[in-house]
Amino acid sequence: MHVTSPVRPPLITGGKTYADVTEDICRQVEGKPTKQWMIAFTISVIVLIYGTACLFWTWWEGLGVWGLNKTVGWAWDITNFVWWVGIGHAGTLISAILLLFRQKWRTSINRAAEAMTIFAVLCAASFILMHMGRPWLAYWALPLPNAFGSLWVNFNSPLVWDVFAISTYFSVSLVFWYIGLIPDLATIRDRAQSKVSRFIYGTFAMGWNGSAKTWSRYEYISLILAGLSTPLVLSVHTIVSMDFATSVIPGWHTTIFPPYFVAGAIFSGFAMVQNLMLITRVVYRLEDYITLEHIESMNKVITLTGSIVGVAYLTEFFIAWYSGVEYESYAFINRATGPYWWAYWAMMTCNVISPQLFWSRKLRRSVTWTFFISVIVNIGMWFERFVIIVTSLHRDYLPSSWAMFSPTRYDIGDYIFSFGLFFTLFLLFSKYLPVINMAEVKAVIKSSSEKLPQKVSGVAKAQRISNPSFNKDPQ
Amino acid sequence: MASVHSIPSIEEQFEFTSDAKRRLLIGGAIGLVLVIGGAFLLASGGGHEAAHHGAEHAAGSHDGGHEGGSWMTRIWANIWLNAVYFTGISVVGMFFMSYNYLAQAGWSVVFKRIPEAMPAFLPVTGVIMLVTFFLGGHDLFHWTHSDLYDPASEHFDPIINGKKGFLNTPFFLIRLVIYFVAWYFLWRVLRNASLQEDEIGGLDNYNKSVKYGVTFLVIFAVTSSTSAWDFVMSIDTHWFSTMFGWYTLASWHVAGLAVITLTVVSLREKGYLKAVNSSHLRDLGKFVFAFSIFWTYVWFAQFLLIYYANLPEETIYYKERFAGFGGIYKAPFFISLFLNFFFPFLVLMTRDAKATHSILKVACWSVLIGHYFDFYTNIMPGTVGASGGFGPVEFGFILLFACSFIWFVSAQLAKANLIPKNHPMLEESLHHDIA
Repeated sequence: MHVTSPVRPPLITGGKTYADVTEDICRQVEGKPTKQWMIAFTISVIVLIYGTACLFWTWWEGLGVWGLNKTVGWAWDITNFVWWVGIGHAGTLISAILLLFRQKWRTSINRAAEAMTIFAVLCAASFILMHMGRPWLAYWALPLPNAFGSLWVNFNSPLVWDVFAISTYFSVSLVFWYIGLIPDLATIRDRAQSKVSRFIYGTFAMGWNGSAKTWSRYEYISLILAGLSTPLVLSVHTIVSMDFATSVIPGWHTTIFPPYFVAGAIFSGFAMVQNLMLITRVVYRLEDYITLEHIESMNKVITLTGSIVGVAYLTEFFIAWYSGVEYESYAFINRATGPYWWAYWAMMTCNVISPQLFWSRKLRRSVTWTFFISVIVNIGMWFERFVIIVTSLHRDYLPSSWAMFSPTRYDIGDYIFSFGLFFTLFLLFSKYLPVINMAEVKAVIKSSSEKLPQKVSGVAKAQRISNPSFNKDPQ
Repeated sequence: MASVHSIPSIEEQFEFTSDAKRRLLIGGAIGLVLVIGGAFLLASGGGHEAAHHGAEHAAGSHDGGHEGGSWMTRIWANIWLNAVYFTGISVVGMFFMSYNYLAQAGWSVVFKRIPEAMPAFLPVTGVIMLVTFFLGGHDLFHWTHSDLYDPASEHFDPIINGKKGFLNTPFFLIRLVIYFVAWYFLWRVLRNASLQEDEIGGLDNYNKSVKYGVTFLVIFAVTSSTSAWDFVMSIDTHWFSTMFGWYTLASWHVAGLAVITLTVVSLREKGYLKAVNSSHLRDLGKFVFAFSIFWTYVWFAQFLLIYYANLPEETIYYKERFAGFGGIYKAPFFISLFLNFFFPFLVLMTRDAKATHSILKVACWSVLIGHYFDFYTNIMPGTVGASGGFGPVEFGFILLFACSFIWFVSAQLAKANLIPKNHPMLEESLHHDIA
């Protein structure tokens, strides 16, 4: 017998039954695309087409179309890469780490967050291909037996570690997401009206029959994958941070980078999940599943990780002074007061100060504020990577080579490409696959529903209902 | 599955028996004898040799300068090392409680009184550290020497001079006092709320605990890093690492978790905490397992980045531990890695191991001894240098501190019911089942 304390707020409202869960979530998969969806999809595809044209030109003409110069050799490309990889951290964190911590609120958001992870990692990977300039030689990053003589990957390079870390992460995230989808795909298969959708969903459901044995395997594999993904979540951004931290460039070489990057990644990932979920819940009328409680929990994670990032910023700044290393101190003073001061202060304001607004219970339970601050956080996290990359590079050891970076329309256009790709994929996902994990929501409905109908609950939840001590709103 | 639960009584009063007290006193006395005997041996026999080595060290290393009195330095260093280690373990009790409140954790309630008792030792280590700093500060902290800051002196050190805004005696003392006062005061608030909850029930104390727990976390977010810089990093005055604060926190944290787990296990073996079931034990085992890996992650990240970039002002730290002072710190360096990572990792890997008393005990002791050596490798080279070692003095001080820590925690446990009777999450914890 599991007990749920009366102080624990409910996670499903509206007295939903098991059948309601299926109906509410399958509705948009089975129905015709809504007008709103069509509009959003059209815009995304147009953006994608524009971005693809820019990308085509980048590859056709060469990386010279970007604003890079001999001092700033990495700018928007790697900024965007790190930004997207960071966003791609929330999904697996929610599905793996929160599963290990048995957080029931993850069940309503894990599916969409994992999908977001996969698409974000694809966007990130696209920047790796882009900045190679010659994408048809991308396989040179892999240690394949070859006939190129001394051409062999440099295992000492963190960039090579990155190739392994991110491809492993992508594979495991994809498997995790897909395994989680199987029971739901079977539900849709069983409800399908047309032969085509029965065939397609049926194929991907891999013969799921819902027996106790299959469920037991499902739970078992989920835990194994969670165990595998947890170190992976940490390792990916750790290795991304090492792309910078192993070098001897002031502002890059600092030992706190690995955990600080991981915290920042979770921070921006949760902000992106918030943005996507806030829209989805309204458009698909899922307010009873993605409740204010979920939003509040995610906002708490945002505040926590934002504060961890804040502590890391201050630590870096302090140690730059404490170390007495002139180059290190200059790099930080230059960040805060040099020609890129606006980027630094944008980063500080967006990442450290804005999430502190969530100390107010009213703000963290406000949909508008949550959406607004989540956008701010993602702007801030983009600036963080820009600050780290560009301001550390633009004034190097030799003052005669100091330079500024100005983006061209292709820097911008290639960034826009990734947005087009991301939203096109996400919209396709949200139309053709269930955005909420029905099976897992059903698993917590008994313990966490606000008022489960007596005929479903079996056991009366007398205390929980007569004495809702979780309710902190004024009556 | 597990439909028939018989929940044992939640009325349990821990008794701090006179037998236990006698044993702790004997342990402490043995520790004291070892310290005195060991100090005598160092001062008479090994003293000359040690001073000789000390002089060599002073000449060979930029952080040197511990002329004379090296056996006394070793005493101070030992006191400081144990005080830092046990401060960490104590404050992690508070840390554990606070993040459990913040995360609305239910499972941990049944053994919550154990982390709740640990910070009672803070005043002891606080006073010890204060006194040690006054009496032995010059022996431990190179930066306390005033001639470093005098441009006219031959010992003038421009780098250390640049740090004097942070590393100066008044500010250091203010910080030291703030840490202990803030940590201890907030613990008293949480402890009193918890005891009051036993008496009157209701939710007021729970809500208050969440609030003060979060306050502690905010303060600890900053003070855990700054205290690590103060207590440990500033010993190697020139050296710096941005990771050091979180590295020390990771070390303290897993050591604290090991103490919580060990205490739960030994209380169960004495017939207490009958409501703690195998699910609780497994979750505790997972915490120790996971955070020993986390410590390794942080350790490795710091090591790898310094090794890779190979900047002399950073690598000197590992160079000294690896090959410096005749290589005497190489063994503790690797012992620490083995006991803190490889051993608990392998031993706690399987599912059933985490619910087995004997395996939990072995793993937790490994972590505890390992993190002693972790702090040992961080503190000793910069303080005693070549005259370091592991002998009766080291062992005696460990005994002294451990016995008094156990004494304070036991006395605290005896003050209240072993299970918080009216905690709003208690029912969840009593029915905790992860089979």
